[in-house]
Amino acid sequence: MSPARISRGTNPLRDPDDLRLPKIAGPCAVVMFGVTGDLARKKLLPAIYDLAGRGLLPPGFSLVGFGRRDWDDAQFAQTVREAVEAGARTTFREDVWRNLSDGLRFVQGEFDDDAAFDKLAATLRALDEERGTGGNAAFYLSIPPDAFEPVCAQLDRSGLATQEQDSWRRVIIEKPFGHDLASARELNQTVEHVFGADSIFRIDHYLGKETVQNLLALRFANQLFEPVWNSHYVDHVQITMAEDIGIAGRAGYYDGIGAARDVIQNHLLQLLALTAMEQPNSFGADELRAEKEKVLAAVRLPEDLAKATARGQYTAGWQGSEKVTGFLQEDGIDPGSTTETYAAVKLEVYTRRWAGVPFYLRTGKRLGKRVTEIAVIFRRAPHLPFTDTATEELGQNAIVIRVQPDEGTTLRFGSKVPGAGTMQVRDVTMDFSYGSAFTESSPEAYERLILDVLLGDPPLFPRHREVELSWRILDRVERFWARKGRPEGYEAGTWGPRSAAELLARDRREWRLP
Amino acid sequence: MITELPDTTTKDISKLLVRLRSETGAMALGRVMTLIIVVDEGGADDAVEAAIHASRQHPSRIIALVAGSGRGASRLDAQVRLGTEAGGSEVVVLRLYGELTKHGASVVTPLLAADSPIVAWWPGPADDVATSPIGQLASRRITDASQGGNPRKALHRRRAEYAAGDTDMAWARATRWRGLLATALDLPPYEPVTSVTVTGATDSASTDLLAGWLAVRLRCPVRRARSAPGTGLVHVRMERKSGPIELDRPDRRTGTLTQPGQPDRRLDLVRPGTAQSLAEELSRLGADEVYREALVKGLPLVTNARN
Repeated sequence: MSPARISRGTNPLRDPDDLRLPKIAGPCAVVMFGVTGDLARKKLLPAIYDLAGRGLLPPGFSLVGFGRRDWDDAQFAQTVREAVEAGARTTFREDVWRNLSDGLRFVQGEFDDDAAFDKLAATLRALDEERGTGGNAAFYLSIPPDAFEPVCAQLDRSGLATQEQDSWRRVIIEKPFGHDLASARELNQTVEHVFGADSIFRIDHYLGKETVQNLLALRFANQLFEPVWNSHYVDHVQITMAEDIGIAGRAGYYDGIGAARDVIQNHLLQLLALTAMEQPNSFGADELRAEKEKVLAAVRLPEDLAKATARGQYTAGWQGSEKVTGFLQEDGIDPGSTTETYAAVKLEVYTRRWAGVPFYLRTGKRLGKRVTEIAVIFRRAPHLPFTDTATEELGQNAIVIRVQPDEGTTLRFGSKVPGAGTMQVRDVTMDFSYGSAFTESSPEAYERLILDVLLGDPPLFPRHREVELSWRILDRVERFWARKGRPEGYEAGTWGPRSAAELLARDRREWRLP
Repeated sequence: MITELPDTTTKDISKLLVRLRSETGAMALGRVMTLIIVVDEGGADDAVEAAIHASRQHPSRIIALVAGSGRGASRLDAQVRLGTEAGGSEVVVLRLYGELTKHGASVVTPLLAADSPIVAWWPGPADDVATSPIGQLASRRITDASQGGNPRKALHRRRAEYAAGDTDMAWARATRWRGLLATALDLPPYEPVTSVTVTGATDSASTDLLAGWLAVRLRCPVRRARSAPGTGLVHVRMERKSGPIELDRPDRRTGTLTQPGQPDRRLDLVRPGTAQSLAEELSRLGADEVYREALVKGLPLVTNARN
């Protein structure tokens, strides 16, 4: 009996049947830029702790913070600890923390400081020797896009972006991926100049959410839904991402960007792609991406943009029980700003499956409540063997995928109102919910995505081509809006401007109340 | 909300469940399975707690069958828990007395959640798991060899009685170790493992299963060495040409991974709790082929050291 063969990609201890065996990342370090930012503090650091607590980070895992603060490693560790204690999903355990904190380092410096990056390179080399990070590093750029250029140039100059044999260097970037097609290309060139296309991971945290992945299961693992998932049965699709908050503290970023660039370009068009795409040959990264790109390339804007888009700016009002100011009165916003805080657009998908089925996308700040959902609204039955009065309360059937909060799926259909005598049909809902009691144990989107980066598993990350295709769709809208002056006002706490309601009314439809 | 039904019938329990579900509406979550716990009075509370905790990931109807004294008149006492006391699941604790203690399967039958898988769990010692009436109802059967007086003997019993759908929680406790060892072999140098030594407590069934798994998968000699009772899994050493990969956990908490040419790496390797292991078991509702291989084929391949 000769021992089992082992080679790259052949590991006798791994077996496709072995679903228990966790995927633990190989030796590596993460370098985080913008480690004092909101995102890092609230999401990324807690997610890293949770991964450590679940035993999915490699032994010897190290995290290096890079920033301006005059911190030593201990002060950095203290900051991380505070963020973890405040934000981690799993319970805080000293054992886990001790092992994680052993690998925390801080490098102080500016983005244009050669010496600081040389020190970063030296820090990574030292970690490699002390803790065995295997020469593998992921650089998380949690920084504004205008800082990408100097940071990438520095990573290049200091040799940090160069991967040696058997080791990897990856870079993680967050939206916005540019503000139009041209700038997205430029940004991409900046990053791709230094890192290979396969080493760039663009995070759209929506794609890490359970429900979004469940959309693929719902569509492609079931016999029940796919047969009606086309223009024969579907009347239209509404994709909504509503926020109840204003631009709190993000004025500098938001003014001049607006709702469409901030949300539609990435999140909503990704959700559209997953809703409308054909079945991929497999769930491998390339296959999934091929289908997403195909459907995004088939998305068209209607000719007359005045009738196919709507935008708005929130004005002072009551957000639920709280009195809030208008957008133009927010700190740091130019009182003459034409930036939209609400955007809605009607899109058509030029494929056989979706011909004639409009996709309505909307997003906004200071709307009625915080909700993200995909609603597939079905046509009415071609013939109703009831009297008109029997079905006057019957709406259109719908499948609603609730992305957040209260993740789950709702099916809406007509049902007889109980009682003798007259036949009366009314809408009822059937609900599947991941339920608050269960999601507390299901991983956060960032946990999933960070682990996927460390494992080098790319299916959930959009590639540059998808980014380009999305900008191609949005650029025309942005140019159209730029000529139109001020957006229409809408009172905070409502469901957007009147023009948005009119957009659907023209098609004899209306927005769902999500 | 806890409702007590002393000296009751399964009909009344069913009625109560339906009524509570329609009254509390929103709490009626999509249950994916029925979990039957076969337990005695001493282990009942801990087992139900662990099941509630595990069911946060796996919404289920939990039915605890608590066997009381077999003497005296037949009697059924029930307790139904919903809402916060049940972690989002429905919990039915059934206490059986008299002749009824022998007919647990008949008692649970009317209470099984419709159209969903049935999992049975024996938190304590168990015999004839798959062939017992409860075992026949269930498609998944979970035992825990570590809970009896002689875990290794219990494991051999599991081996003799194995049926598809069985697993033992000792296997779940080895998962983290398996993951770390597998990850170590994902990386260069890509050399075959020529021999293995697995050291663990004389009463550690996880050690035996891990050794069995390595023997089957690596097709090399595997030796099982012994440490003092209660120390659990202690050490794994996989020999390769360039030097051994070692995973060492002397104190049941912190592990050290050692590989040639690389610094030692410390890691948290605390033994998972019952709820955590149960949650892992419940995430698989099919037969665990890898467990079967480790248990049925692997155990006889392992050489037991005499020291």
